[in-house]
Amino acid sequence: MHRSSIFLLIAAALIFSSCQPTLPSEVSETAVLRVMTHDAFSISADLVTQFETEHQVTIEFIKAGDAGAALNKALFTAENPLADVLFGVDNTFLSRALDHQLFEPYASPALANIPPHFILDPGNSALPVDYGDVCINYDKSYFQQAGIPIPASLSDLTKPEYAGLLAVENPATSSPGMAFLLSTIAAYGPEGYLGYWQALHENGVVVVNDWETAYYTNFSASSGRGPQPMVVSYGTSPAAEVIYASEPVAESPTASLVGENMCFRQVEFIGILRGTRERELAEQFVDFMLSKPVQEDIPLQMFMFPVLSTASIPDVFTQNVQIPELPAGIDPGLVEQNREQWLQDWTEVMLK
Amino acid sequence: MRPGTGRNWRWLLLLLPTLYGLIFFAMPLLQVVRSSGFKMGPMTAAGDTVTCVLSFSLWQAALSTVLTLSIGLPAGYVLYCFRFPGRRALRLLTAIPFILPTVVVAAAFNAYAGPNGWLNQAWRAVSGSEEPLIILTGSLVGILMAHVFYNLTIIIRMAGPAWSNLNPRLEAAAQTLGANPWQVFLHVTLPLLRPVIVSASLLVFLFDFTSFGVILLVGGLRFSTLEVEIYRQTLSFYNLPLASLLALIQMACTLAFAGLYQYFSNRPVPLVPASERKAARKPDGWRQILGIGLVIVFLWVFFAGPLLSLTASAFWSIGADRGERGLVAAGWTLDHFAGLAQNRNSDLFYVPPLTALMNSLKFASLTAIVSLGLGLLLVYGLPRQGRWRSGAEILVMLPLGTSAVTLGLGYILAFNKAPFAWGSSPWILPMAHTLVALPFVVRTLMPAVSSIPADYRQSAAVLGAGSWRIFWSVDLPLIRRVMVSAFIFAFTISLGEFGATSLLYRPQYPTLPVAIFRYLSLPGAANYGQAMAMSVVLMLACAAGILIIERSSGFLAGEGGE
Repeated sequence: MHRSSIFLLIAAALIFSSCQPTLPSEVSETAVLRVMTHDAFSISADLVTQFETEHQVTIEFIKAGDAGAALNKALFTAENPLADVLFGVDNTFLSRALDHQLFEPYASPALANIPPHFILDPGNSALPVDYGDVCINYDKSYFQQAGIPIPASLSDLTKPEYAGLLAVENPATSSPGMAFLLSTIAAYGPEGYLGYWQALHENGVVVVNDWETAYYTNFSASSGRGPQPMVVSYGTSPAAEVIYASEPVAESPTASLVGENMCFRQVEFIGILRGTRERELAEQFVDFMLSKPVQEDIPLQMFMFPVLSTASIPDVFTQNVQIPELPAGIDPGLVEQNREQWLQDWTEVMLK
Repeated sequence: MRPGTGRNWRWLLLLLPTLYGLIFFAMPLLQVVRSSGFKMGPMTAAGDTVTCVLSFSLWQAALSTVLTLSIGLPAGYVLYCFRFPGRRALRLLTAIPFILPTVVVAAAFNAYAGPNGWLNQAWRAVSGSEEPLIILTGSLVGILMAHVFYNLTIIIRMAGPAWSNLNPRLEAAAQTLGANPWQVFLHVTLPLLRPVIVSASLLVFLFDFTSFGVILLVGGLRFSTLEVEIYRQTLSFYNLPLASLLALIQMACTLAFAGLYQYFSNRPVPLVPASERKAARKPDGWRQILGIGLVIVFLWVFFAGPLLSLTASAFWSIGADRGERGLVAAGWTLDHFAGLAQNRNSDLFYVPPLTALMNSLKFASLTAIVSLGLGLLLVYGLPRQGRWRSGAEILVMLPLGTSAVTLGLGYILAFNKAPFAWGSSPWILPMAHTLVALPFVVRTLMPAVSSIPADYRQSAAVLGAGSWRIFWSVDLPLIRRVMVSAFIFAFTISLGEFGATSLLYRPQYPTLPVAIFRYLSLPGAANYGQAMAMSVVLMLACAAGILIIERSSGFLAGEGGE
C-alpha cells in the first residue's frame, strides 16, 4: 500500500501539472481575436507576434478541418459564432458562404493592389487572399525511362499508353478530387464530363478517397513508391518535393501537367463572420493578411501563391512550379447548385 | 440483503456518472438534433442509400467480428495461459495497432503488403510474375484484415485474463469424470467464458459497425458505412437533416445490438482468489507446442510485419539521386527523428515532439483515471440485477454507436456558450475520450465484479469489515487484473483517438496523432519520413504506457508484478 500511494501521487502530479500553465488568465485584459481556418493554414510565428503586440490583441486560432468542413462548422454555429474571422473558403464553396450571408462586407483598402479577376465577390464579403492550381503531378523519371511523352491534354489521358497510370481522389471526400472533377466539367461541360470519366474509367483510372493515400500510397514518385506515375495533387507539390526532400536535391522529381483545362485554379478567401464583437480588430486582421509581409510568407507556409501583385515569390517556386496558361475556371454559383447531382452522377459512372 | 451494501446510499454512487452522461453526451446530441431540424423533404430520395449503407455496415461488421473472434480467442489463450519466450513483447505488440491513426496503418500496410511492399516484392522475386500477390486496397478482404489488425487486442485483452482466471478445479473435475479436452472446452470452458466473449464481441462489432477511417482509406470508392455517410452528408453536402437521421439510425441499431447481447450474457464467470489461480504453464506435448507455435508465428507475421515496415520507413531515406538520372540512392538514417525537433520555417503551428508527447500522455492518463473512476462507480452503484441494471448496461454502450462527427458538432454547439463555455479548455478532450473509453471500462469490469461470490463479502462483513474495507481487501485483489485491462483500454483509446480530437482540437494542445497528420498533409520525402518517425514515437509511448501500468498494478495489490 505504501508503494501504491507513491504511484498514485506521481500520477496525480502528472495530471494536475497538465491543467495549470495553460490558461492565460493574467493577460485577460487584452482583447482576443478568434480566427477560424482550415487545417492547412500556416503562418510564420513572428508575423503573428508582431500583429499581436501592435494591436494589443491575442489571436486564438481555431483549426476546423478541410475547407468544406471549416465552412460548414461556421454555418452551423452562425447564431453564436465560434470565431470573428474565417479564412479558407475557396471558390468551390464561395456561393454557399455568400448564400447564407455568413460574412459582413468589408472593403479593405488593400483590395486596390489585387488584380480584379481574383475578386469574385463584388460585395466584398469574401476577400481573396491566395490562389493555387490543382494539377496532375507526374513522376519525371518514370516517363523518361518508359520513353513515352507526357500527356498534353485531358483527352490524352484516355489513350491506351496511359492505361492505369493515373490516381485521382474521390471528389465527394477530397477537395483536390473535387477540383479535378470541376476542371473536367469546365472542359467538357455538364453534359459531356460523364462521357469523359467513362473513358477514364475504362482506361483504368485509380480512385482513392483522400489525397494522403493518393500521394503517399499510389504515386510512384513519393516515398510510398506506389504503382501510378501520375496523381492529382497541387501545382506547388513539385516545389514541396524540393524543400522537403530527405537529402538536398537540385530539381524536383515531379512536375505538373499544365495543358488547357488540366488544372483547376483555387482561390481562397477571408471574411469577417457576421455577429463578431471585434469588428475593428477583425478588419485589421484582414488588412494584415493582405499586407505584403504576410502575402510573401504564404508560398513557403501554405504552398499557395499570393494575390497581391507586388508580392515577390521565392526562387524554389519559380524554378519548380509550372504555371498553367489556361487553367479551368467555373462559376461558383453553378458549382453550389449542382454539386450533389454532379457527385452522384460521377459516382454512378465510376462504380459500374 | 447483503450486508454493507444497503440500498439507501448505493444510488449516490451513480450521481457522478449520470451527471457526466447528461452533460457530455445527452446535451450535445440534443443540441445537434434541435439545430439540424427535421424536414422530411431532402430525405425521400435517400431511402435506397440508407438501406444499402445500413446492410453493408452490418454485413462487414459481422464478418469482421467473426474473423477477429476466431483469431483472438486462440491468441488470448496462448498469450495469457502459457509461458514462452517473448510473451510480454507479443502481448504488447498486439495492443499497439489499436492506437495508430488509420493513415499510419494504411502507410504501414502499404510498406508491408502494398503493390511495391516487401511481401509483393518477395513474391515477384520468387515467382517471376509481374502481378502482385495481394492487393489490399479497394477490397473487402483489405477492410476485414484492417479490422482484425485493429481490434484483435480487444478480444485478447478481455478473454485472455478471464481464461487464465478460470477456476482450474472445474476443468480438472471434468477431466477426472472422463471428458476429453475437446469436451472440456465445449462444455466447461466455453460456457464459463461466454459472458466475456459476448462482451468483447459486442465491443468489436460496434467498432466495426461504426468504422470510418478504415472504410474510407482501405475500402476506397466502393464501400460506405453509416458513419462514412454521416460524415459525407454533414461535411460535404451540408445536409444536416439526413445526417441526423442516419446518426439516429446508427444509435438505434447500437441499442438493439446491446439489448440483444444483454439477453445472451447474464451468467457470470466464477473467479477464484489469486492464490488458487493456475499459473501460466509451459506448453506440453508436441501437439500443444505445434498449435501454440502456429499462433505465435501468425501473430508475429501479422502484427510485427506491418509495424516493423513502419519503423523501417522512419529510419529509411530515399536519396537525392532519383529523378532525372533514375538512380535510387537510399540508406539508413536518423535524420527524420532529428528533423522532428526543427521548426523548418518558423511556422506558428509547428509541434515540438516533446510537447505533443506530453499532451498525449496527459490526456491519456486523465482519460484513464476518469473513466476507471466513473466505471467503478457505475458497476458498484447499479443494482446487481433487474431491469435497471440491464437498461444501464445497454445505455452505456450508446457512445460507441454514436457518430463522432455528430458528437463533435454537438460539442461545438453545446460548449460554445455560458454556462458551459468550455470549448477552448484543454480538459474537454479527455472528457470526450472518456465517452469512448467508458463502454470498454464498464464491459471489462462488469463480468468480473458480478462474478465475485457473494459469500466472500458476507464472510468479510461478518468478521466486521466495513464496505470500503470489503472493497479493498476482497474485491480489489479479485478484479485487479481486469482493472488493469480497463485502465489500459482507456489509456490507449485516448492516445490514438483522432475523431473527436480533430473536431475539438485547438492548435494550443497538439497531440501525437495531430502532429502525424500535419506531416502527412504535405508532399516531400522528409515529411513522409517524419510522419513515420512521429508514429514510432507514438508506438513507443503506447508500449511504455502499457508496461508502466502493468508494473505498477502489481504494487497496488502488494505483489511484485507478475
